[in-house]
Formats: sequence, C-alpha cells, structure tokens
Amino acid sequence: MTELAEGTGTAKPAAMPVTTTAALERHPDQQPLRRFVLSNRPALGSLAVFVLMMLIFVAANPHVFGEWNIYSSVMTTLPVVLFALVPLVFIVTSGEIDLSFPATMGFAAWMFALVVRAGYDPFIGIAAAALTGMAVGFFVGTLVVYANLSSLIATLGMNFMVRGFILIVTEGKSIALVTLNQSLAYKIFSSELLGVPVQMFWGLAFVIFSAFLYNRHRFGAQVHIVGDNPDAAQEMGIDVKRVRVKAFVFSGLGAALAGVFSTMINFTWWPTAGDGYLLPVLASVFVGGTAPWGGVGTIIGSAIGGLTVSFIQTGVVAAGLTGFYVQFFNGLIIILSLLGHRWNQARYR
Amino acid sequence: MAERLIELKSIKKSFGRVYALGGVDLYVDMGEVVGLIGDNGAGKSTLIKILAGVIKPTSGEIIIRGEAVSHWSAARSREAGIETVFQDRALAVQQSIVRNIFMGREIRNRLGFLKVRTELREAERLMREIGFTSRVFSPHSIVGQLSGGERQGVAIARAIYNQSDLIILDEPTTALSLTETAKVFHFVRQARASGRSILFIGHNIHHVFDIADRFVVLDRGKVALTASRTEVKSAEQLINFMEEVAHPDRGGKRISQAEAVG
Repeated sequence: MTELAEGTGTAKPAAMPVTTTAALERHPDQQPLRRFVLSNRPALGSLAVFVLMMLIFVAANPHVFGEWNIYSSVMTTLPVVLFALVPLVFIVTSGEIDLSFPATMGFAAWMFALVVRAGYDPFIGIAAAALTGMAVGFFVGTLVVYANLSSLIATLGMNFMVRGFILIVTEGKSIALVTLNQSLAYKIFSSELLGVPVQMFWGLAFVIFSAFLYNRHRFGAQVHIVGDNPDAAQEMGIDVKRVRVKAFVFSGLGAALAGVFSTMINFTWWPTAGDGYLLPVLASVFVGGTAPWGGVGTIIGSAIGGLTVSFIQTGVVAAGLTGFYVQFFNGLIIILSLLGHRWNQARYR
Repeated sequence: MAERLIELKSIKKSFGRVYALGGVDLYVDMGEVVGLIGDNGAGKSTLIKILAGVIKPTSGEIIIRGEAVSHWSAARSREAGIETVFQDRALAVQQSIVRNIFMGREIRNRLGFLKVRTELREAERLMREIGFTSRVFSPHSIVGQLSGGERQGVAIARAIYNQSDLIILDEPTTALSLTETAKVFHFVRQARASGRSILFIGHNIHHVFDIADRFVVLDRGKVALTASRTEVKSAEQLINFMEEVAHPDRGGKRISQAEAVG
C-alpha cells in the first residue's frame, strides 16, 4: 500500500521536465509486457522447451499422459530436486559452483534421521538438519572463498569427503524411521492435499520465495553483481567473499531440506542419500537458462528445467521406449536447451 | 580559508619491494577541483585507490573532515562521502543501469527487499540531473548495450547519488569523444558549483589545466609540485615542468650529443 502511495505521489514532480520524462517513458523497455518478455527470456525459453517436450510425449502416448498418476509420481520427487537446485542458481550466478550438495543432503538428512530415531519430534529433526546443512555450506564456502580454491574441484573433493565420513561412521547401514508416518510433521510435509503430494506446495513456495530473494532482495542483487564483475563489486564496497559464502550457506540449507524431504518420502535414510541427484540437478540449472559464466540466471527458468529433467525418464518410458533411451534423451534435451539459450540470450562478457 | 575535506599524510605503499608511493601528502578542500597529474607509473591510480579504500596503504594517515580514520575500506570510503569513477568504470555489464547505479547501496526495506520503484525513480532523477537521457536506453537497459560515454554516464550518476562530498574521477576522458568529454567537463563545473569537491586525474594536461583550481604533480611516488591555478600561467608551463621532473638531465644530454655529432 505504501509503495502504491509513493508511486502516485511522484507523478507531480516527474511531470515538470516534460520532454525528458516523455522520452524515457516512450522507450520500449518501459512497456510492461515487452519488459516482462525481455527480462524473462531464458525462463520463457525453458517453458517452451518443456511444453514442446510434453507435447511430443503426449502425442506418443496420450493414454498414459492422460492419467493423473504420472504427474503425481513426478511431483513426489520433484520438490527434492527443487530444494537442491534453486540455491545452486545463486551459487552459479555468483560465479562459483557447488558439487558438494549431494553429500550435504545425505549428511543433513542423517542428522534428521538420528534425531527422529532418538525419539524426538521430527520438527526438531528438521531444524537440526537445516542447521547442519547451513554449517556444512558455511564450511565448504569458507574453504573455497577464503582459501581461494577452485570451487569446481574443492566442492567435488568435499562431496567425496563428507560422503566418505558418513560411510565410515555408519558402516553403510541405513536408518529406518517407522514411526515417522504418525507424526504431525509428516502430515504437513509429506502427505497429500487435493490429490497432490503436499511437498509440491512446499517446493513451489520455496521457488517463489527464492525468486523474490534473487530478483528483489539485496542479497540477490549482490549475487548478480559479484558474479558479473567481482572487482567492481569490491570497489563499490560489496564484501565479495561474504556474499559468496552466504550463497554456499543457502545451498547447504537447500540441500538439507532436499535431504529431509527425500527421507520423509522413503521412511528410510540411506548412507547414499542424495547421490543420485548430482547430475540431474546440475543439468537442470543450465537447462533452465542460468548462464554458466555467472552474473545472470533465472530461478523460475531453472525450476522449469528441473521439471523438464524430471519428466524425461517418465516420458521416455511411457512413450513406449525402453529404459535404454533415457540417458540419450537426457543428453539430447541438455544440448538442445543450451543451444536454445545461447541463441536466445545476448552475452555481454 | 576553505574547510579541509580530506587530507592524506605521508602515505606510503609498497608492493613487495617496489615502492609505488613513497610518502605522499595531499589534501582537498571543500568545493575545490584538484587536478592530479603525473606520468604513467607515477602512482596516481594507487593513490586514488587508497583514498577509495580499495587498497590499503603500507603506512600513513587518512584524515576525513579533521578526523583520522581507522579500518579504512571501500564501504567506509563511500560512507564518508567519497565516490570514485574508476578508470575502468567498475560496472557490472550484464546488469541494468538501475542496478549499477545502486551497486553496493541498494535502496531496501527493513527486511532487505529492494524498493524497486524508488530506485527507478531515483535513477531517472540522477540521469536527468547530469543530462544523461536518451530514447535509445532506459534505466532498465543493460549496461553492456551502452557506448563508452554512456557507461561513463552510469558511473557518474552512481557517484553523485547520496550527496557525496568528494568525487574522484580517474582518467574520465580517456577513450571519450569530444562531445562526451565536454559533458564530463560540464559535469565537473556543475558539481563544483553545487559545493562538491573533485579530484580529477588525467593524462591530458590540457584537460586538467582547463578545469582544476589546483594542481598536484606526482612523480615516481612523490609529490613533485603543488600549485594553485593563479601560480601557473599555461598548460605548457606545467608540461615543461613535468618534462623537467621526469628527465632532469635531458637538457644537458642533448647538448652533449649535439656536440659529439658536430
């Protein structure tokens, strides 16, 4: 409401220098629709890829894709992907990469499982997992940023190390959480609502919140600037290292939530929890239109990228091809998307 | 006497064994345009980067409005009302003009969310103030689409926001067209008229001579000359002085060479 009031209040002073204001307003960037399209080009491109892919799948097997089941099953695991993927967009935009999130997923979910097995309320477990994830993210980020390591290699190393630690301590044993489905936390985070897996709503809420954080928050703005021109950011008083560490902490939090949701779906924590998500999540970020060189990206687009990648396996099999085709189509979608985004996006550096 | 805005006292900076600055004293008064000139490698850029808080001096004192500062940093420098238009302009070229203008100083609410409309309005006001408007771009335009002069405009708009007291312009006319250079000069005069101080760094001594109230010549990390406008008759006099400082023995050498040939 105050925003609105401010907006109307400025109409008077702005009207005085008529010519210049008119010139500014006439610029096509100022027209809402055009500006929406221009500033969301990569996301719209990702949406086009997804719609096209789905049309092909539906045409190949209208019967299977007319069933609610197939969507419901994708929506069960999609939130796990979303929680891990969205913070990764921040990291990539800031000019880094994080390959340690699968191990963080496993580690944080382990804490969740231990707390729940010890008889505490799952809410406490979730809090413990979230704190653990942020702590791991902080550690990884500090290591990468302050020791000035290549994030590509350092986070890969951390992924192995954290996973190795889990395996050493647990000796590869999983933890079954049989009491979980009677808890309130399970109802809130892992049941069904109107026939839709309830975690989908949480995933969506996380995506929307993160999109605001990315586009409309100081943190997001600084992430963009730091990835775009770290020297300029530093010269303008932005603490470049701190911004990057914050992005890693956020990634740790996302990975922790992904790990918890994944454990809640299965009622079991495995020492390998999260391992399978590395490549699909990573691919989704770029399939969705986030630029690998830093400084630009899209949360919504990358979420759609996650949706696309999640549907490939289901779609290929449902379309009547054998499982052997899945990898090929995964690769095909990735390459086609990259080509599409390259054509769709001007690069200024 | 005018109020002293900033004062640097015996600033030294060494990179390893190399001394870039060997004890520089410099001050800028309120409402004054100081021209800092010197050859390549004289230490001009190092000096202004110290003032901007980007690099830390090895030793020496920075005094702002009569108070010595500690823990000097880029953020502190800006808080103290010092804005720098860097030689490379320090812009994020994939971002919009608005985002560049508010880089490191985003207008936000208590939760840290950006006040997008306020930023847009302020950006438009700043751009109008320095005559930096066009049909070709809007505050939403990506900086990478702009020409060199237009990018300079973004950097200057950023520098005048927040009523900064001192604006440092590092080689602001390099690679600019004549009209764009004239715009920069116009801006400097306008800023002085509004009571701001300017530290103008330049290669082109004619440019600096035209605009500065006082000249400081830097040579190999030391101040070789400080002279007010009234003490210097022409740009040529400054150039001659710099030649002399740079090559104190050249005059003699030339003669001896001529004698040898003869």
